[in-house]
Amino acid sequence: MTQTDRIFRSLSWIIGIGCVIFLMLPIVITVLASFTSSPVYTLPPPEWSLRWYASLDRRSGLWDAVVLSLNLATLSTAISLVLGTLACIAVTRGNFRGREAIATFAVSPLMMPGLVVGVALLQFFREIGLRDAYLSLLLGHIVITLPFVMRTLLASMAAFDFSLIDAARTLGLSYPRAILQVLVPNLAPAYLTSGLFAFLASMDNYPISIFLTDARNKTLPIKMLQYLEEQPDPSLAAMSSGLILLAVIVLVFGARTVGLNRMIQG
Amino acid sequence: MTARVDRIALLAVPGLAYLAVVYALPLLLLLAKSVRTPDGLSLAEYGAFFADDYNMGVLARTLRVAALTTLLALLIAYPTAFAMARARGPWLTVFLVAMVLPMSLGVVVKAFAWSILFRANGFLNTALQGLGIITEPMRMLFTETALVVGAANVFLPFMVLPIYAVVRQMDSRLPEAAASLGASPWFRFFHVTLPLTLPGVVAGSAFTFSMAISMYVIPSLIVGERQQTLSMLIARSFLYLRNEPLGSTISAVLLAIAILVVVSSSVLARRLGARQ
Repeated sequence: MTQTDRIFRSLSWIIGIGCVIFLMLPIVITVLASFTSSPVYTLPPPEWSLRWYASLDRRSGLWDAVVLSLNLATLSTAISLVLGTLACIAVTRGNFRGREAIATFAVSPLMMPGLVVGVALLQFFREIGLRDAYLSLLLGHIVITLPFVMRTLLASMAAFDFSLIDAARTLGLSYPRAILQVLVPNLAPAYLTSGLFAFLASMDNYPISIFLTDARNKTLPIKMLQYLEEQPDPSLAAMSSGLILLAVIVLVFGARTVGLNRMIQG
Repeated sequence: MTARVDRIALLAVPGLAYLAVVYALPLLLLLAKSVRTPDGLSLAEYGAFFADDYNMGVLARTLRVAALTTLLALLIAYPTAFAMARARGPWLTVFLVAMVLPMSLGVVVKAFAWSILFRANGFLNTALQGLGIITEPMRMLFTETALVVGAANVFLPFMVLPIYAVVRQMDSRLPEAAASLGASPWFRFFHVTLPLTLPGVVAGSAFTFSMAISMYVIPSLIVGERQQTLSMLIARSFLYLRNEPLGSTISAVLLAIAILVVVSSSVLARRLGARQ
């Protein structure tokens, strides 16, 4: 190893550690701000207090939004996992033209401007007479979650040995059962990763949802932005800290069961 | 044989049909709407959009901010991916957690946290003054630099992870082999390491750029209404001005840029794949 190599290597470590700090900064800020006694965001907090956690009791609007967002994220991710599994098997195993184009198309919503997709959906739903905000949101959120599922599952199915499915079928399992009992457990990390990323993307979507909500169905990010504009007190930081804690629990569970690296890489 | 193949292809139908109806069709209708006027097809809306200096300024700002955000994210992500690929045990855990955990903090709260940091009496100004680097509070919030830093922070994991994936799979013996044949570190980097990791760089950059041109929440909270981006202009035309033709036109422009990024990055990725 030459001098230059050593410099490259130390530089990559320094930037890497800087990157970790940079990424964690908003989380640290939010958690610190949630324990403040002050009614506005000041850092460092003048005094520590749990009052903003206690105040969450009275923020029923925020809770409704949390419930709606959890509901949408869970349902849309589940539907996408089913649709995505079927489509990925077809693309991986099928022997027809345009498989690559199909894969690109199915992953493309990830890179399309959210607001534009939102506007397009709004106009489309209006044209076909769909007025139900919840259903519109659910249909829109499947467009958000499906590409996350497709991207991860496509990569891991390409490496999956499908002769295992043939073996299971020779042993008497039907094709759907073989998929459920052999393919899905084998690709558990991919399912966990794609499910997690899809879920988080749905929970966090603002641009598509903003066009599909009504007064009674406001998702969490929309409610949060509205809340920040109306009364920017640290109860939002308290709620976010709660969601971070939830994510930590999921990560610990994921790390224990499949390992963090496999989980994140699919 | 044909029957079996056809049946497997059928499995793609539900998902694709869904995306065709609830994604591709609405976007096509939106594009159609932007060229349809009461007197037939016309590109007049586009002419008006591109003739307006204000709109061109917004377009230029959107592209500039997206390019700078992608560049900043790449400069941080590339070395980080190498550090991550060499990290073992608890260090690897730290890196992986730093990539995923911030995603649990919604973009609204994340952008707001940055706006707190950037305030004139905020943490960054206080810290810089405390360290004696600056004497007067610096104006950070409402600047393009603040926007680029905040956006790079939000999109960074999407840049690091694809690069990390290729670095991890790269045969580390290749640069070593080049070294044993006498190649200098710089030559090795530009002729061995960089070409091998380019697919990850292309994937991460295309993804980051396409998210950065269409971001809405981050600029709303960090730079506000005075410096619009294309997405903010779209939201304003639909939600406040109720000017649907204008909104559809800007949407079509943004959509065209996004499609260009998707197509060119996938062509580039295929070329890189074919070369190896």
